[in-house]
Amino acid sequence: MRTVTVVGASLSGLYAARELRAQGYDGHLVVIGDEPHHPYDRPPLSKGFLTGRADENQLALTDAEESAELDAEWMLGVRARALDARGRTVVLDDGRTVSTDGLVIATGARARRLPGDALAGVHTLRTLDDARALREELTRGPRRVVVIGGGFVGAETASSCSSLGHSVTVVEAAPLPLTPHLGTGMAAVCAALHRRGGVDLVTGTGVAGLRGTLTVSGVELTDGRTLAADLVIVGIGATPNTSWLAGSALALRDGVLCDDGCVTALPQVVAVGDVARVGGVRAEHWTSATQQPRVAVTNLLAGRTVATADAVPYFWSDQYGARIQFAGRRGEGDTVRITEGELSDGAPAEGGFLARYERNGRTTAVLAVDRPRPFMRARRELTRETAVAATGE
Amino acid sequence: MIPVCRIEDLPKGESVRVEATPPVAVFHTDDGELHAIDDTCTHQDASLSEGWLEGCLVECPLHAASFDLRTGMPTCLPARRAVRTHRVTVDDGVIHVHLAAEEGTAA
Ligand SMILES: Cc1cc2nc3c(=O)[nH]c(=O)nc-3n(C[C@H](O)[C@H](O)[C@H](O)COP(=O)(O)OP(=O)(O)OC[C@H]3O[C@@H](n4cnc5c(N)ncnc54)[C@H](O)[C@@H]3O)c2cc1C
Ligand code: FES
Repeated sequence: MRTVTVVGASLSGLYAARELRAQGYDGHLVVIGDEPHHPYDRPPLSKGFLTGRADENQLALTDAEESAELDAEWMLGVRARALDARGRTVVLDDGRTVSTDGLVIATGARARRLPGDALAGVHTLRTLDDARALREELTRGPRRVVVIGGGFVGAETASSCSSLGHSVTVVEAAPLPLTPHLGTGMAAVCAALHRRGGVDLVTGTGVAGLRGTLTVSGVELTDGRTLAADLVIVGIGATPNTSWLAGSALALRDGVLCDDGCVTALPQVVAVGDVARVGGVRAEHWTSATQQPRVAVTNLLAGRTVATADAVPYFWSDQYGARIQFAGRRGEGDTVRITEGELSDGAPAEGGFLARYERNGRTTAVLAVDRPRPFMRARRELTRETAVAATGE
Repeated sequence: MIPVCRIEDLPKGESVRVEATPPVAVFHTDDGELHAIDDTCTHQDASLSEGWLEGCLVECPLHAASFDLRTGMPTCLPARRAVRTHRVTVDDGVIHVHLAAEEGTAA
């Protein structure tokens, strides 16, 4: 291959560029990204960056020295608009085209939006620009903040806002937030963390609409109530950025469909990170975005699938002074057992806990709140067992 | 110089966090060596004394960066900066950490 192009200049795109060089690719390397910024880390945006503990320098994923070593052509601030049917030509928004032999799709996901969210005071939180705007508004004195969506990003944002002294309400349409990730029992335990921060959690009711003429003044709920608000943060999940691939030969279904080795329908096109549906699963986790590129690049350079991605997904979340860590794939009907630590009044007690999800006597997943060391041990066991089970098949 | 604990209270394979400013992590490796490094990972915000000790490497419990306890150098991403290392001595059976800053050296 003489030219390899990475589309998406963020976490998984940067890791793909690194892997290409690390695995000996010495041809022309092009990285295209629509954000004007060099790759930065998103997890701190809802955590330390919002509270002011971390500044922009600390978000940088790379530096000038490494950039020079990578010897890539960075095309930043320009969006890829289309990919031809053969997967050999990337068309840019400004009309330019990039011809390529290999392609890494790393376009991630964007924040899902609500109708009527163009009102001033309504925010999403996905990009550095989003976070800058929100952080700026949060420094203008105490606000009534409504966070729509109680997922991880919503909960972390609520936690950060309350620690800055704002009064915060989280609205969640489901009976409990985080149920798809954690199952009902543990979702209830983690939802109880909102109490720690003095944040109100309203569940089981959707949002009917946003109130306000120029600036948002409230959130109308489907149960008829209206919550007064000076600031609304919409945290209702993310949509994979695949629209630019519409005219290509790639199969798209809530992400770019690939096999277990991140390879798409075209052998010289791979997909990684939040945009990739790898072996039927689209993870939106930092660790998947950093691990998949190794496998994807190996397969890209080999011209076929010779390696497959890690079967034990992992993510963490920091909220209300607690660190949540989860690894594995839980299933409906798994039993959950707390094997270390305890709960107090339905919430994690001081010192946290470790819980195991089990099916037929086997651990399928582990969850920890403030128990990093036992979690690490359990996660390693799980990785080992999963590898053994995979070779036994 | 900070007293940590008696040597028998830190078995091989174990680590302990010392509440200095900034906090320090002390490790007793399976080979019987003692090492001290800054406890906070240079990547983000995790305590390396809670990490996974293997030989003279410790793996961060949050995003799996790994550090060489002898040099403080990261051996893999996402960490790109070294942690400071500190000298460790055992006097009358008690482990002591000599903070690099106090000794006027970064080694
Ligand atoms: C606020 C926040 C907090 C998070 N916290 C955690 C956490 O605690 N733990 C955890 O495990 N994960 C967390 N995540 C998830 C993690 O950040 C993502 O999994 C990770 O960023 C995915 O990386 P990516 O490179 O695949 O996609 P992205 O980071 O989404 O990057 C994709 C890039 O491609 C660009 N792009 C899109 N379309 C085009 C196009 N057509 N042409 C050119 N460029 C394009 C985008 O603008 C973007 O720069 C968090 C995410 C957010 C937003
Ligand atoms: S905090 Fe240690 S690797 Fe991220």
